[in-house]
Amino acid sequence: MPALHEILIVMPAFNEEEAVGDVVTEVLNALPGVHCLVVSDGSTDRTSSVAKKAGATVLTLPFNLGVGGAMRLGFKYAVDNGFQYVVQLDSDGQHDPSCVPQLISHLDRADIVIGARFAGAGDYSVSGPRKWAMKLLSNIISRIANTRLTDVTSGFKAAGPRAVHLFSVHYPAEYLGDTIESLVLASRAGYAVAQVPVAMRPRAGGIPSHNPVKSAIYLARAAMALVIALWRTPITAKG
Amino acid sequence: MNSMSYAFAIAAAGVALLAVIEMLRRQRFRERHAFWWLLAAIVSLIVSIFPITLEWAASVVGVEVPSNLAFFASIVILFFVTVQHSSELTTLEEKTRILAEHTAMVEERLSSITERLDGEMRGHS
Repeated sequence: MPALHEILIVMPAFNEEEAVGDVVTEVLNALPGVHCLVVSDGSTDRTSSVAKKAGATVLTLPFNLGVGGAMRLGFKYAVDNGFQYVVQLDSDGQHDPSCVPQLISHLDRADIVIGARFAGAGDYSVSGPRKWAMKLLSNIISRIANTRLTDVTSGFKAAGPRAVHLFSVHYPAEYLGDTIESLVLASRAGYAVAQVPVAMRPRAGGIPSHNPVKSAIYLARAAMALVIALWRTPITAKG
Repeated sequence: MNSMSYAFAIAAAGVALLAVIEMLRRQRFRERHAFWWLLAAIVSLIVSIFPITLEWAASVVGVEVPSNLAFFASIVILFFVTVQHSSELTTLEEKTRILAEHTAMVEERLSSITERLDGEMRGHS
């Protein structure tokens, strides 16, 4: 198990001034010695200053690049500053930082560990078309990654040294690139993916949508992202 | 075809060609962007001066109505231009993304260095 100071927690944040401060404080308390990086993704509110005051390192993107773009910057920062492990955590407080050691401990047998929401722990659930869409995606990606995954759209993920290196150069910055394409890309490069059940807390703000039209659009875009990800020339693993 | 429409066709093609050349000369666009437009303008000038070339080309490829060949050729050229634009747009987006990443990194370094310097200054005084 790697020491906490080798771990970089990356939190992509877009206009999260209300939640981000508490989340940073909680991360630093729960994981003493860990380095916490908040990527303010074109935020127009006080996200950067709140996060900084709470003790995080803050990178401010001049405009919104999406979660994929923010994460790629996070991985780049990790490589530039010598961090071997990166954990992605949402800045709205729905992920419990005390689960991080659990994720990290599985990195000895996998390159990427997903904190899965539906794998038993906690009572997080979605229903209707969105659930079917997520399930279908999980099944397809499970097949590509050659392991059973139940929650591929989770934003709670840990990456080991090999994956950090790969992602700092090749992290897909497109729509859903942070979930679907990154997993496809890593699996096809021969990296192992695993999942750990984690409990989810309700989001600090906002309600998940149950609109069937939105779910259909989401599924269509996800399918498109998947097809494009599979079309692309695979990246071969090095080192 | 009467002489009026003949003159009109030549004038239109001539204006198009001059416009492209002038834009190139003023460096309003790079030569790789001008390629398709130059090609289109030159071909349409030739065809408008010698309409027989279009009829000949149509008979060679087996198109019954020569003007259909002209439409087809223009669509092909427009297609290539848009494809080229999409690809260049992607390249540009990637470049701005990299610049955004760089400024974010530089900004962070700058602010941490400034802070450290401020601390040292206060320590000295």
